[in-house]
Amino acid sequence: MIIAQQKPVKDIAAMISECKKVLLVGCAGCVTVCLSGGEKETEVLASSLRIMRKMEDKPLETVTYTATRQCDPEYVAMIDNYTKDVDAIISLACGVGVQYLAERFTDKWVVPALDTKFIGGSTVHGNWEEKCGLCGECILHRTGGICPIIRCSKSILNGPCGGSQYGKCEVSKDVDCAWQLIYDRMKALGKLDKLMEFHPPKDWSKSRDGGPRKAIREDVMID
Amino acid sequence: MKTESKLQQILDSGQFAVTAEIGPPKHSSAEGIRHHAEMMKDYVDATNITDNQTAIVRLSSIAAGVHVQSCGIEPIVQMTCRDRNRIAMQSDLLGAYSLGMRNVLCLSGDHQKFGNHPTAKNVYDIDSMQLIYYLRRMRDEKLFFSGEEIKEHEPRFFIGAVANPFADPFEFRVARLEKKVEAGAQFIQTQCIFDMERFERFMEMVRERGIDQRVHILAGVTPMKSWRAAKYIQNNVSGMIVPDELVERLKNAEDPKREGVEICIEQIKYIKENIKGVHGVHIMAIAWEEVVPEIVERSGLYPRPKI
Repeated sequence: MIIAQQKPVKDIAAMISECKKVLLVGCAGCVTVCLSGGEKETEVLASSLRIMRKMEDKPLETVTYTATRQCDPEYVAMIDNYTKDVDAIISLACGVGVQYLAERFTDKWVVPALDTKFIGGSTVHGNWEEKCGLCGECILHRTGGICPIIRCSKSILNGPCGGSQYGKCEVSKDVDCAWQLIYDRMKALGKLDKLMEFHPPKDWSKSRDGGPRKAIREDVMID
Repeated sequence: MKTESKLQQILDSGQFAVTAEIGPPKHSSAEGIRHHAEMMKDYVDATNITDNQTAIVRLSSIAAGVHVQSCGIEPIVQMTCRDRNRIAMQSDLLGAYSLGMRNVLCLSGDHQKFGNHPTAKNVYDIDSMQLIYYLRRMRDEKLFFSGEEIKEHEPRFFIGAVANPFADPFEFRVARLEKKVEAGAQFIQTQCIFDMERFERFMEMVRERGIDQRVHILAGVTPMKSWRAAKYIQNNVSGMIVPDELVERLKNAEDPKREGVEICIEQIKYIKENIKGVHGVHIMAIAWEEVVPEIVERSGLYPRPKI
């Protein structure tokens, strides 16, 4: 899922300092699961902003709504009725949701409440880890199911580099060396010979370097 | 594959080679580089020019290489994968060759976190293994990295790589070295050796696989100025091992700098006489280039062969 974290409330407040009434839109997708932009977080943020503004003697009126998904026009359309008299919309979705709102509500000031961090999963409650670099062409079959693109600090494909020691990456003792993990797993699977194969450079045109990517499935198109 | 590199001639003739390192400055004057080059020129066969080492902005390794060359030393241009994509790398390689550079050392490069621009975006479009592979292909098959033909004047570098016997997983280090040789590495410079026992075990594995017959290995040594420097490396530099005995020896010395030089000379003599498969020594006197001539001379490696 997409992992996002809320910006400091004062930063969000600064984005809407001129507004009298705002709509806060949560998202019931990934950001609900990672506890940053669901219904509960939306209500908490709304009341925090109201309290801050009250203390400044500039009261703020808030409306809240949590969309099933902000990355789907069908659900974004369901927000229409809430937007009429607000000065701004605060999206508690990932960067995709913010953009879907801005695209639909062209005359509204749409601002992000979250920083979209990465795609990954949780380890224990309250701890999330990045696992996929969205490179556009998966190589996990060559690396024992461990992604060096995002888990190696240098994205090395023929690792490990000379900075790997005691299982950790040179950048921090808190970061596991992805290539040590790959080595251990390949060894356990009896596939160390795979690591002797020369791994060619990535085709980055399949990643963000080719401009915004599209995925088209004609077989599921309705029209 | 033959190149115009003098270092290659020395190594291929079976002579024990000596290389050293010159670190370019954090400013735009070449005076210091030229001074170090003049001082070292009769004592080493070639000098590495580091490429923004530890991710600190410094005068470019290729530009520094030109200065060093004009002082009469053959440069080994270091090229890391951290700062340039494959387009910029090839452009710089063509440029370096046109300026007379004949040796390139391919490295991953230290992460930008350690430098003076920790908020920079790193590149790592290709890794050191791929750089070695494509440099060889440029020379031997006249192809750009993309596979497009180089119609004329392909760069013909003597290709170097690094190996770190002190990094983990230890048992894979020799295999990865072999992978670099397969990719096209012709000479190898190792990370600074402080733990001689581990280096000997590494070389034993190298000989078992016959890698020393296929590539020239130069053992990396570094004279230490103080026990604090040794302790710092021991605790803070990932991929290096400094034994406690070395720290203690420097700590108990009356003149630690002298002791650091003595230790380095002892290491070189030991490696040359006792460790089979090592074809030379690479002296990394970090911010202490002045001491290189003495180390070379007193290690019995002076005079250097004339090519």
